Amino acid sequence: MRTEEVDVAVIGGGPAGLAAAVAARKAGAQNVVLIERGEQLGGILNQCIHDGFGTKNMGKALTGPEYAQIYIDQASAAGVTCHLNTMVLNLTPERELTLCSKEGVRHVRAKSVVLTMGCRERTRGAIGIPGYRPAGVFTAGVVQYYMNIRNLSVGRRVVVLGSGDVGLIMARRLTLEGAQVPCVAEILPYPSGLMRNVVQCLEDFGIPLYLSTTVIEIHGRDRITGVTLAKIGPRGGVVPGSQRLVECDTLMLSVGLIAENELAKKAGVALSPITGGPIVDDHFQTSVPGIFSAGNALQVHDLVDYVSLESEKAGLSAAKYADAGKLRVANIKVTPGRGIRYVVPQYIGGDESVDFSMRVEAPDLDRSVVFRSGSQTVRKMKENVVAPSSMIRFRVRSERFQKIGSELTVELEA
Amino acid sequence: MKQEYDVAVVGGGVVGCAIARELSRYQLKVILLEKESDVARGTSGKNSGVVHTGFNVPKGSVKARLNVLGASMFEELCTTLNAPFKRVGKLVVALGAAEAPDLEKLKALGDANGVPSLEIIDAKEIKRMEPNISGYAAMNVPTAAIICPFRLTIALAESAVANGADILLEAEVKGISGKLGEFRINTTRGTVQSKLVVNSAGLYADHVARLAGVRRYKIYPCRGEYVIIDKARSDLISRMIYPVPPKGGSGLGVHLTPTIDGNILIGPSAAYVRSKTNDGTTGAMARQLVKEARELLPGLSNRDVITSYAGLRPKTVSSAVGGFNDFTIEELPELPGMMHLVGIESPGLTAAPAIALDIAKWVGTHLPLQSNSQFDPQRKAAVPFNELPPEKQAELVDADPDYGQIVCRCESITRKEILEAIHNPLGAQTIGAIKYRSRATMGRCQGGFCGPNIEKIVEEELGVRATEMSLKGEGSWLFTGSTKDLRS
Repeated sequence: MRTEEVDVAVIGGGPAGLAAAVAARKAGAQNVVLIERGEQLGGILNQCIHDGFGTKNMGKALTGPEYAQIYIDQASAAGVTCHLNTMVLNLTPERELTLCSKEGVRHVRAKSVVLTMGCRERTRGAIGIPGYRPAGVFTAGVVQYYMNIRNLSVGRRVVVLGSGDVGLIMARRLTLEGAQVPCVAEILPYPSGLMRNVVQCLEDFGIPLYLSTTVIEIHGRDRITGVTLAKIGPRGGVVPGSQRLVECDTLMLSVGLIAENELAKKAGVALSPITGGPIVDDHFQTSVPGIFSAGNALQVHDLVDYVSLESEKAGLSAAKYADAGKLRVANIKVTPGRGIRYVVPQYIGGDESVDFSMRVEAPDLDRSVVFRSGSQTVRKMKENVVAPSSMIRFRVRSERFQKIGSELTVELEA
Repeated sequence: MKQEYDVAVVGGGVVGCAIARELSRYQLKVILLEKESDVARGTSGKNSGVVHTGFNVPKGSVKARLNVLGASMFEELCTTLNAPFKRVGKLVVALGAAEAPDLEKLKALGDANGVPSLEIIDAKEIKRMEPNISGYAAMNVPTAAIICPFRLTIALAESAVANGADILLEAEVKGISGKLGEFRINTTRGTVQSKLVVNSAGLYADHVARLAGVRRYKIYPCRGEYVIIDKARSDLISRMIYPVPPKGGSGLGVHLTPTIDGNILIGPSAAYVRSKTNDGTTGAMARQLVKEARELLPGLSNRDVITSYAGLRPKTVSSAVGGFNDFTIEELPELPGMMHLVGIESPGLTAAPAIALDIAKWVGTHLPLQSNSQFDPQRKAAVPFNELPPEKQAELVDADPDYGQIVCRCESITRKEILEAIHNPLGAQTIGAIKYRSRATMGRCQGGFCGPNIEKIVEEELGVRATEMSLKGEGSWLFTGSTKDLRS
């Protein structure tokens, strides 16, 4: 079997992979290959026909396909080699990839690799909704594909479980197309999606959002005929007497996204139990030297704009590694403290400015995000509103790191 | 349209399919009638997939004889049919000293039943064999094996068809009249005439008997729920881990079973239910299963669960009585020519090939058994791409590019395997039929990515529009029309 040598191999041709590949080429990497398992580049953006993409990094609201096309054109102009309909079957810690397509199975050895496989949707099984297993239970992303790409109607009366952004957007889409959406149920006491989507997708269309509510049973053996909703108390149990039957022919799930990291595991990359993505340093390098990660495979983002920005940095780092064969070590550990669920990157070098991203544990008002090293406050920033649905991003300049120790903690304070 | 057969088998579970296939060795006209859109849709598709050795069935029972004989036939059967089989072995684990005498009793019974190589091992040996399992002592059952119950059933059915048997799907039996030599079976797909009838209707064996005027049987459905653990945790155990069977229980106790495909099953529970269609899962039980499994395997978490399912045991003892009955396999004096198989619960899967031998012998008491010179025991199937080393994969793709197109990403199932599943010899055309044959959509994303692609291939191959596709037959439609229909 032949083995091809390349400088940078980027796995996944969605927004993250496109941005990383373009950035790697611009940074001087000669031979950059972008490997995509689907038949076209752009990933999930292709089915996101709503607008709102690009407001942060392009200053305009684009649809998903428009946003993707900008990067696809850039990749083409920059001379990125794209392999479509190609699946990466294996990745070794030595950065050898096994590729499979109709043309054959072959090996590629890369000087550096960027993991940009994105994420997948949590399913019914993963959240353990009991009952029968009829047709008519879909995840929101699948509904989006059927409606927007295939012109297929999944149902006429659709109950939505979970208030993730894709679910909210699809509740609106279904309504616009003429289906009924009797309600959106969310098990948490606050919405999982962005506030702008709650307003624009539910409130504007009169779709009720029931918080602290979930589906406790699915009815119907062949096609779903209804669901039992119930209120969930503070300790996680069903509030007695709160059960009610809602008739529907479809249940659409928007109950979370999971970073896709099967290949990362094969390569022995250390993963964070919280983000599900690799543990990275401020160059987006994982625990395996020369393997980088960005986009939703690293951490599930709220906006694609930030996926692109983050992935450009990962692509740049990958190009540098391909050139030099190493990058400086980052051994200052960054840990989430009170009120913070996670922070990325988990390690920094302290010699460069760092863009941190993080999510809080619960919604709150008038908080400060504080970076500390020992008793020393490194940086403190005010946030009027914090919510788990919105990623918080901060740049901390390199001069702030000058006197810090080997640990940095991030906390939420009053 | 009236069709004439020598033997009509009612029920396309593993037992019915094994019988149809066994009878296809002879010059007999055989038909199998199944009410669902595919075979293995009932109990045969929803169990632990274990080849039991027979260490816990009563000595001298019909069960014991058929279990031990069936187990001895399995490896060759699976190899011949190109169906997966792995002799992974089993540990029956005593958690404390109090359960240790039960192990000795089990071993004595197993020895008496002729189960080979049973041995009692201590805690240290348990740790050596299964580092993640804690126990006081265990019985090692090295000959226990795992299979894929629905793929075996499908393979038996396909082999039967390849050797001349007919299988009629979506043919629910509505009435049985006539007598030995001239039974008339009315189904939702027409009337079938047959000299002999085999009632292997599983959960509905009592109902099918009643259709023929036999009122003595009663089946009590007893639900067993399972949860499936992500493949990523497959290294937690390397063999089956069973508890000491609970006393007076209706099942074998919650156990951990590695599956052929690298997942771990936890289950089954045992709860009598009223309805034979009540195979829904319950949240309380799923949590309970993980909790109980953690006693054997502390490393397990709720987050490792990818999905759940439930099957129904066709029990002939009521919940008030409890425990187990022997298999009922009998031809009644008042209705010669009709064989009833009733209460074929665990180890029914293991016993199936042996039951089929018994049934062939019985057919021989009524009809001449002349061997079918055309009979071919082998069954060809697409090579499971994901189990091969890269060099072999490369050869396959070079020979047939359809192997190079991975459709189901989680399980690395290729277009080639999907095509084989679509063009199956039974003509089962539901999305479920493709899923059970190819394993596509059964991974961690549960079809999120590949479901739409599979429908596209079905559209191209069979000329069926997406709006006409169903998950498992009539009523389980995937779509309600095109998006434009919503506005009308």
